[in-house]
Amino acid sequence: MRVWYFSEMAYHPAWEQGLKQGSLRVVLPNSNFDPKVGHGLLNRYLDEFRLCDEVGLDIMVNEHHSTSTCLTVSVPMALAILARETKRSRLLSLGTPIANRPDPVRVAEEMAWLDVLSGGRLEMGLVKGAPYEIAPANSNPANLMRRYWEAHDLILKAMSTTDGPFNWEGEFFHYRNVNIWPRPYQQPTPPVWMTGLSVETGRMVAERGHVVGTLLSLSAAGPMFEAYRKRAQELGWTAGPDRFAYAAVVGVGATREEGLRRANLAADYVRTSPVVAEPFTNPPGYNSLSANVAMLKAGGKRGGFVRDRHGNPVEQTTAPIEQLVESGTCFAGTPDDVYDQIKALSDTVGGFGHLLMFGQGGFLDHKDTVANITLFAKEVLPRLRELNPEPQRAAAAE
Amino acid sequence: MTRTISLAGTTLELMERGEGRPLLFLHAGEGLASERPWLDLLSRKYRVIAPRHPGYGNSPLIDGSGSVDDLAYLYLDLAAELRLENAVLVGACFGGWIAAEMMVRSTARFSHLVLVDPLGIKISGREERDITDMHGVPREEYLKLAWADPANGDVDFTNLPASELAAIVRGREAFALYGWKPYMHNPRLKRWLHRIDIPTLLLGGAEDRIVTPAYGEGWRQAISGARIEIISQAGHFPHWEQPAVFVERLSAFVDNSS
Repeated sequence: MRVWYFSEMAYHPAWEQGLKQGSLRVVLPNSNFDPKVGHGLLNRYLDEFRLCDEVGLDIMVNEHHSTSTCLTVSVPMALAILARETKRSRLLSLGTPIANRPDPVRVAEEMAWLDVLSGGRLEMGLVKGAPYEIAPANSNPANLMRRYWEAHDLILKAMSTTDGPFNWEGEFFHYRNVNIWPRPYQQPTPPVWMTGLSVETGRMVAERGHVVGTLLSLSAAGPMFEAYRKRAQELGWTAGPDRFAYAAVVGVGATREEGLRRANLAADYVRTSPVVAEPFTNPPGYNSLSANVAMLKAGGKRGGFVRDRHGNPVEQTTAPIEQLVESGTCFAGTPDDVYDQIKALSDTVGGFGHLLMFGQGGFLDHKDTVANITLFAKEVLPRLRELNPEPQRAAAAE
Repeated sequence: MTRTISLAGTTLELMERGEGRPLLFLHAGEGLASERPWLDLLSRKYRVIAPRHPGYGNSPLIDGSGSVDDLAYLYLDLAAELRLENAVLVGACFGGWIAAEMMVRSTARFSHLVLVDPLGIKISGREERDITDMHGVPREEYLKLAWADPANGDVDFTNLPASELAAIVRGREAFALYGWKPYMHNPRLKRWLHRIDIPTLLLGGAEDRIVTPAYGEGWRQAISGARIEIISQAGHFPHWEQPAVFVERLSAFVDNSS
């Protein structure tokens, strides 16, 4: 198993105000952001990413917009810094919300540039993006996935074509001379990742052979991975654990109490993340027809996607750490506890080869974060490397 | 009488009711609604033809996607297919936008245009909204803005069958598809409204807060000879909240300007 550390690079000093206003995203005015405090935080977070390289962890960066939960507005910007500050870590962009980007060729250029700069250490997530990303981008939710797939195909073609320029006149994107410089270091493209929560996503990603990632919910991961494996089998290949990634909050300590304390602080990510003004939570067309019908039938109530082992929704905003460990949202405790929890979850969902480690969140301070990263890398990582080991670098895409 | 017809390489679900002068009714973004008292009242005087826009009800999207331009051409094709002559064209809210897009292309088969709180044009500056961001306010707030009496628009979804809920969800998706960006308007449409050369009536709800009276006035100024009438105790859907008054105003206009 590979372990990818990540932090949303939160601006938690504004959370109290956001909770008071009922939204940490989209409509929380940026007067609640103090640039001087932000300067300190951004630099601190990047230091913590750099530490991962020294201790043997890989690195994942994501992005969100118009939010106090995540200051990273551009994955390639953050990874450009980390490509220079790190030497060994693989760098996972998870990812670029390509249906919200007006210019897919620019995405291909930036990813290729990063891959060249880092000497082929890039892994490239092409993601749908969360529902509340629609408003900041003002992208049309009703044809989001049509746009997604056109951008996906164009980006991969732009990155893997060596005898360009080529022409592209699609439904959404139009170019007459696509011929990106530089082209990527890894051939034909860096490994491609997608993310999601549903069985449909599992099947769709299997058809491309990409890595699929999901997060925070054991009960969503199982059926999604199973759908992927089944579809791969139908298509004549066997999907190993290296096709599956699972993201969870991790808190490890010398004692169980210390690990739980760290996880509990980092888990405020889970508790604050869904606090969004209602109109931005479910733009038309973002969720499936059947999910929306069920929502109307239930009187407009929307359950979060974190569910317990019996499939019942977990109240994310208030859940105690013990419940979040139970639902597979957090791994917490001593190194032994954490290893056992990860192994048990992996076994339950048929085995995953990538752990995306929310090793920092909100009020987990620098000292605790450093201790969390260091202890995890020393005591848990070596054992995880033996669990679902990575196959000899099988080329991912196509 | 609901039927499905094939035209222009797609299919369209439409209701037809009544006899007399043809009247093509283009429904609001909300959809045609399960109860439509205004259609019953209209059908006492007119041969009412009310399609469900592609994406709504059982009308599929055109090629799985589509734009308001497509809807305008589709309904001009429909008018030709049904051989409409001297027809009345009525569009409410989003349907008003489609109607205007049709009429700047061709008024040939139509004698009168009635626009009921139409969306579709941009009047004010780039930092102002003419049209409330219906997708940026909670449902409860939206009902207050769109209806004189919010209870009139409040639907108990929990009691509807799944098939009807699916139609509602599809309609919401289609509305977003057509009107998300630019929001519920075509920046070029106002420029060509002078091409509308048939008598035009603008009907507005006195308590409409989705669009403002100034917006209605902008429409009036852009269409030669158009006039405005305001219906009291009605919001953005006067045909829905005040069906009798709506039909009375409409037929008075058609009868007096033939």
